[in-house]
Amino acid sequence: MAQGSDVLIIGAGIIGSAIAYFAAKQGLGVTVLDSAGPASGTSSRCEGNILLSDKELGPELELSQYSLGVWKNDLAEFAQLWEFEAKGGLVVASKESSRASLDRLTTAQRSNGVTAEILDRSQLVDAEPHISPEALSAAYYPQDSQVQPMLAASWLLRLACDAGARFVPNARVTALHQEHGRITGVRSTAGFFAAGSVVNATGTWASNIAGMAEVAVPVNPRKGFVMVTEPLPPKIFHKVYAAEYVDNVGSSDAGLQSSPVVEGTPAGSILIGSSRERVGFDGSVNLEALKAMANNAINLFPFLRDVKILRHYHGFRPYCPDHLPVIGHDERAPGLWHAAGHEGAGIGLSVGTGKLLAQALAGMDTDMDLSPFAPHRFSNQPLVSKES
Amino acid sequence: MSQKIHVAVIGAGPAGLAAAANALAHGAQVTCIDANDQPGGQYWRHRLEQPGRQPGVQPDSTGHHDWKTYLSLRAAFDAGIAAGTLAYLPNTQVWMAQQREDERITLQLTSATAAGTQAPASTLTADRLVVATGAYDRQIPIPGWDLPGVMTAGAVQALIKGQGVLAGQRIVLAGTGPFLLPVASNVAHAGGSVLAICESADLSGWLKNLKAPLAVPAKGIEGAEYIWDLLRHRIPYKRSTVITAIHGAEKVEAVSIARTDKTGAVIAGSEERIENVDCVGLGFGFTTQLELLTAFGVATHMDVDGSLVADVDEFQLTSGANVLAAGEVTGIGGAALAVAEGTVAGYRAALGSGQAPQQSEVAKELKTISRHRAFARAMHQAHQVPDYWSGNLEEDTVVCRCEEVTAGEIIQARDELKAVDARSIKSTTRAGMGWCQGRVCGYAASCLATCGDKHEAFAQSVANTYKRPVSIPVPLGEIADLEDSPKE
Repeated sequence: MAQGSDVLIIGAGIIGSAIAYFAAKQGLGVTVLDSAGPASGTSSRCEGNILLSDKELGPELELSQYSLGVWKNDLAEFAQLWEFEAKGGLVVASKESSRASLDRLTTAQRSNGVTAEILDRSQLVDAEPHISPEALSAAYYPQDSQVQPMLAASWLLRLACDAGARFVPNARVTALHQEHGRITGVRSTAGFFAAGSVVNATGTWASNIAGMAEVAVPVNPRKGFVMVTEPLPPKIFHKVYAAEYVDNVGSSDAGLQSSPVVEGTPAGSILIGSSRERVGFDGSVNLEALKAMANNAINLFPFLRDVKILRHYHGFRPYCPDHLPVIGHDERAPGLWHAAGHEGAGIGLSVGTGKLLAQALAGMDTDMDLSPFAPHRFSNQPLVSKES
Repeated sequence: MSQKIHVAVIGAGPAGLAAAANALAHGAQVTCIDANDQPGGQYWRHRLEQPGRQPGVQPDSTGHHDWKTYLSLRAAFDAGIAAGTLAYLPNTQVWMAQQREDERITLQLTSATAAGTQAPASTLTADRLVVATGAYDRQIPIPGWDLPGVMTAGAVQALIKGQGVLAGQRIVLAGTGPFLLPVASNVAHAGGSVLAICESADLSGWLKNLKAPLAVPAKGIEGAEYIWDLLRHRIPYKRSTVITAIHGAEKVEAVSIARTDKTGAVIAGSEERIENVDCVGLGFGFTTQLELLTAFGVATHMDVDGSLVADVDEFQLTSGANVLAAGEVTGIGGAALAVAEGTVAGYRAALGSGQAPQQSEVAKELKTISRHRAFARAMHQAHQVPDYWSGNLEEDTVVCRCEEVTAGEIIQARDELKAVDARSIKSTTRAGMGWCQGRVCGYAASCLATCGDKHEAFAQSVANTYKRPVSIPVPLGEIADLEDSPKE
């Protein structure tokens, strides 16, 4: 029998790495397996958002606020390792109707503890001098932040290892091991690993691991593209998006949706998002998506028309039908825990998720109620749409 | 009457010209897309032809081999243009290539019409595609390689051939492979001094496999001409010698070279300095320009020289339906091989979907291909890319020049953050994220990430650096203006 650890985490993306860090800090013996290396899935194919502005009121917003606090307080000393930047978000309204809905949205958000202020046209131009002449006003969210996600995942894992965790790359899990009705370890391409608890932190691929325990965790891929421009002197200073973005994030439509999200990076390149489509793990390039994103971005910042795109990439957001992540112990499969399904908010929610789950794994009371994220909220039916 | 097969050829170098010419000869409608302003590619790059040049007036042939082959391919090419069966799109690049559901090919084009201006975006759909995009000099990082005056050996050559400009007066050429010889020869003919050619190989590899070079006498004659030039111009040709550092304050001033032992390690105490150098040309073999092929997900393999190359069948068809490849993208082997492959590809591409290709139609070319591939293998074995450089890096030696990422940063990411391939090196350090998208540093980053391993992990790492879904930078406006449905 291989040497067991208290906690075995499957997946070295941002979620698995964050759990590993906080669990190791709790004094738990931690092993992390990944089928490749650190941040090899969606964590390296995203923008590193830590946002409050786009969250619906409720448990997800609460978790976002909690997680932002973890980034800013618990992990303050490491902020530079992953280029933490409180760049602030601007949601731009270009129509009278969206201007009114922005007013309503920010009022509700403010009463839930989100800092949000309305900028008029001239204040908006002060904040973003190159904004389109069509832009009427904006909601400004100074708490919205960003990290470099690959660095964040890689460094959290490294810090976890410094605190005693063990990382095994290139270890693909092939089966969950059960004893007396309890998950007590995993079989992998790197051998057998025994553990007191097994954590499924495999993001978009979480339903596969859950399936090994014959439980349904309906996480499905929701594809998105990001285009990256040539490096430029700073011209865009916030994360800037259009009011319709907030509607798209909350939508469940399977068809292509695109709304502009444009931001500068410390390296000088500008990231242009976003698109959403549910097409399984189809990795082909969707020119319609790129075209829509290009038009949307040019509408927000006309100067982008002549700026060159150097590359684009796509990722598969781990999407749950009710837009809430799956976090906690799975009562249907004792010994198995999940932390997955954070959709497009995984980077922001990761460290809060990690800290809370580590508390639960250590048998402590959690700082926040995890029951809205409970895995067994899904009935144990086979997945309706098997998109993998 | 059946409709003509529409063949798109990307590249107008030896392989592309031959493919276009032979596809025309077999009745196809051809579109040839090329990044340069006139046909010839790197190999037959020549001085700008006079506008309105009359057919029959020959372009300048200074410094060229096989110029007769060029002229005959060019004649067929020009005849195709005149007859309206060939559309030639110079100064044009493909930024994305896709296969449609009906297995036809769609290409997104971008053109540089004049400095700073862009022609409107356009989309081209073809029945068959021949990718003949060639290769460029493989570079490895050496302390000082980012000083002004240091360039690829190919750049030294291109400046002479294309502009008649000598990149320096006192030039050191270093690297490996026969290509350093014609560069030295052209520099000498143009009046420059080649202070040394530093060849890292000991050349004993050629003796182990004499059959292959003897089967290609033309290469022997070409080689003899170069050796004659070296002797005549007293150019020192140093075997088992590597360049270890390039020195200079504002620009290159001197280089350090050293001898290597049988294992390729630098022999302590053998270092010497060459002073008063104003130009260094580096070339460690070539890297294929493969991203348009990898965009189709075609099968590839790692060649003997560490280049990722496309798998092709005997008629140059890749594993992708209707996608053919010819020239250096199927394995670095020189212009004669490229012409033969292009000729076969042009024939195959022009065939109707029901027609089976016949070996007899291209028997001569198939023989040439077989002999030249054997020659290329022998050449690669004799001129393996040296390994000494990784131990020779300084912490602040820049590896990724676009994003200014140093060797120290890459090694830190590897050792501390478990970045074990070029992709994770890129994610964590930005090496390969800049303008060239890893074309220059991808090989070196892969070597460093995999600690000099030359097997599966290295091959996988290199293959990943070829994933460039935007093949060349394209203005956002051209993406915004894409047509909704591709025109035929």
